[in-house]
Amino acid sequence: MTLPYPKKKDPQKRTVVPTLPPAMRSRAALGLSVAAAEGRFALQHCGECGAVQYPPRDACHACLSHDLSWKDTKPYGKLLAETRIHASPDPYFRERLPWRMGSVQLKAGPVVLAHLVGVGRGDRVRVDLRLDRAGQGVMVALPEHRSDDMEDDPVLRAMGTHPKHRRVLISDATHPVTRPLIDALFAAGAAHVFAGVPEMWRRPHGLSALDGLENVSLLPLDVTDPQSLKEAASEIGGKVDILINTARHIRPGGVLGHDTTAARDEMEVNALGLMRLAQAFGPGMAGRTADGVNSAAAFVTILSAHALSPDPAYGAFNASQAAARSVAQTLRAEFAPSGLRMACVYTGPTEDEWHQPLPPPKVAPKALARAVVDGLQQGLEDIFCGDVARDLADRWRSDPGLLEREITGGGA
Amino acid sequence: MSVLDRLTGALAGGDVRVVDLTHRLDPDFPVIVLPPEFAQCARFRMEEVSAYDHRGPAWKWHNLTLNEHTGTHFDAPIHWVSGRDWPGGAVDEIPAEHLIGPVCVIDCSAGTAQDDDFELTPEIIAAWEAEHGPIPAGAWVLMRTDWSQRTGAEYLNMAEDGPHSPGPTPDAIRLLLERDIRGFGTECVGTDAGQGAHYDPPYPAHFLLHGAGKYGLQCLCNLDLLPPTGAVLIAPPLKIRGGTGSPLRVLALVPGGSQ
Repeated sequence: MTLPYPKKKDPQKRTVVPTLPPAMRSRAALGLSVAAAEGRFALQHCGECGAVQYPPRDACHACLSHDLSWKDTKPYGKLLAETRIHASPDPYFRERLPWRMGSVQLKAGPVVLAHLVGVGRGDRVRVDLRLDRAGQGVMVALPEHRSDDMEDDPVLRAMGTHPKHRRVLISDATHPVTRPLIDALFAAGAAHVFAGVPEMWRRPHGLSALDGLENVSLLPLDVTDPQSLKEAASEIGGKVDILINTARHIRPGGVLGHDTTAARDEMEVNALGLMRLAQAFGPGMAGRTADGVNSAAAFVTILSAHALSPDPAYGAFNASQAAARSVAQTLRAEFAPSGLRMACVYTGPTEDEWHQPLPPPKVAPKALARAVVDGLQQGLEDIFCGDVARDLADRWRSDPGLLEREITGGGA
Repeated sequence: MSVLDRLTGALAGGDVRVVDLTHRLDPDFPVIVLPPEFAQCARFRMEEVSAYDHRGPAWKWHNLTLNEHTGTHFDAPIHWVSGRDWPGGAVDEIPAEHLIGPVCVIDCSAGTAQDDDFELTPEIIAAWEAEHGPIPAGAWVLMRTDWSQRTGAEYLNMAEDGPHSPGPTPDAIRLLLERDIRGFGTECVGTDAGQGAHYDPPYPAHFLLHGAGKYGLQCLCNLDLLPPTGAVLIAPPLKIRGGTGSPLRVLALVPGGSQ
């Protein structure tokens, strides 16, 4: 199955208005969405009797203990039964009928209900926990051995953010990630890349890496300049299916000794810039999330993992990262009714002049590009790139207070 | 008939024309770019506060962000370390009568058309004086380069070894200070050459002029519309407390028919 490149739109037809699958979940069930947002397969495990359960509940189905925690679980099992749904009162599924679902006996214990892609009754399957268009975690049963073409399946395409055939805007082409990101996007099947260039008048560095690339257009775009955003959105706003915000202003320094001029530039670019970019392109993208094969799918922003808890050596920058993360979380809520996914890519220190004296490990531009495109292919919302970011996120999840003291209080 | 009556009559009748030497304040207009580890000059930014809408039904207005040295702007003596202790050296302290005065224009456009790093030298000033007479005390001296006709990346003309644009040599500035000028102005982003850091002293126009209590004007345009002598420059900066400079509207009064 290979997804053909879409024909040009019929301008006399109304653009399809996005509908969503059912979005309401209990607090317990939201745990599935948290895991799906990060691409993990997790289920509730009972701390007392060890039972693994699905669907999520407030107490253990075996011993009634409340000591339940979400743990990564082996996603393998066997498809017990399947059904093909031909009628549904739900507008989202009505538009996509027939729809196949089945029950999977997991080796970990429970039987789960899953959407089916490329598998039949009796098959050994691997179950993915993925975000659906409503932003909730759902099970998808796929063959144990995957192929790239599976991502073309209408079920996955409907819930995912895969770059294939999509047109991508990279907000700041001067970021060192740009060239490897463009290469990775094209390798994943992206149709076209627009790349914004701030301050053409200063002959910014980094553009020579883009010389001679096909299907790449540069355009003036500066996230601190509302006029440039308005002009760019007027020209290409209707063609941006994926937006990747790479605009970043970073200067080392804490808070006491750092001047507020640099801190203001960091806030302007990193936090307010994200807000302006979303205001310029977000509404147009949110209106196009059901617009066929190259529908709008995702708004991605790159953050420092220290948005979660600051490194005092970059205190002012990390304040802007925490602000940007907060802006992104609000955008996620605001995009939710349209099904447009707001993804945050958290990175450790990057390999560039602003982290030059730091020891490794540092995130190379190629690794960051890979993380962004992998995240888009899997439809993730929270992406952690590099060992530093993953480790920081793990420690932050387990105890934010402890992490703060480890970073700032001389923890060794 | 008083002098001012005659002036307003001449303005109305076209015997005196007003030439605007000011660039438009625009987000894309270049500002000076320093090495990235230094704090940077704010770009001109304009955000709508309201536009006859729910944010303010009957009015439109903007908040502006800019540096004292963004766009066509005035440099006061305290802008440079050499002028930091000059009494009355901030824009709010400069006497109003200093803000209007005679102007001499030295045309270097033939040289700058050939050489991006063209230098204004004492010899060029001497040749100009031989033709037009001595530069009078209290005059503004403007270096015409036609650089203002450049747009985009051609204006800063940034290369791997820094920007390349014309400016005065240290000795040229020393000669102008001997003439006791009021200030020195250029069409480029600064009064100094793009490569001015490599002179002794570095940035001689800034260092020597401001050290002597003189003023600077930069990012000027339309200097090709001024006569070599005989025009009057009107250049009042905003009255900012302790300000080191200010964006401003620079006007010149020129004799009618003069090109």
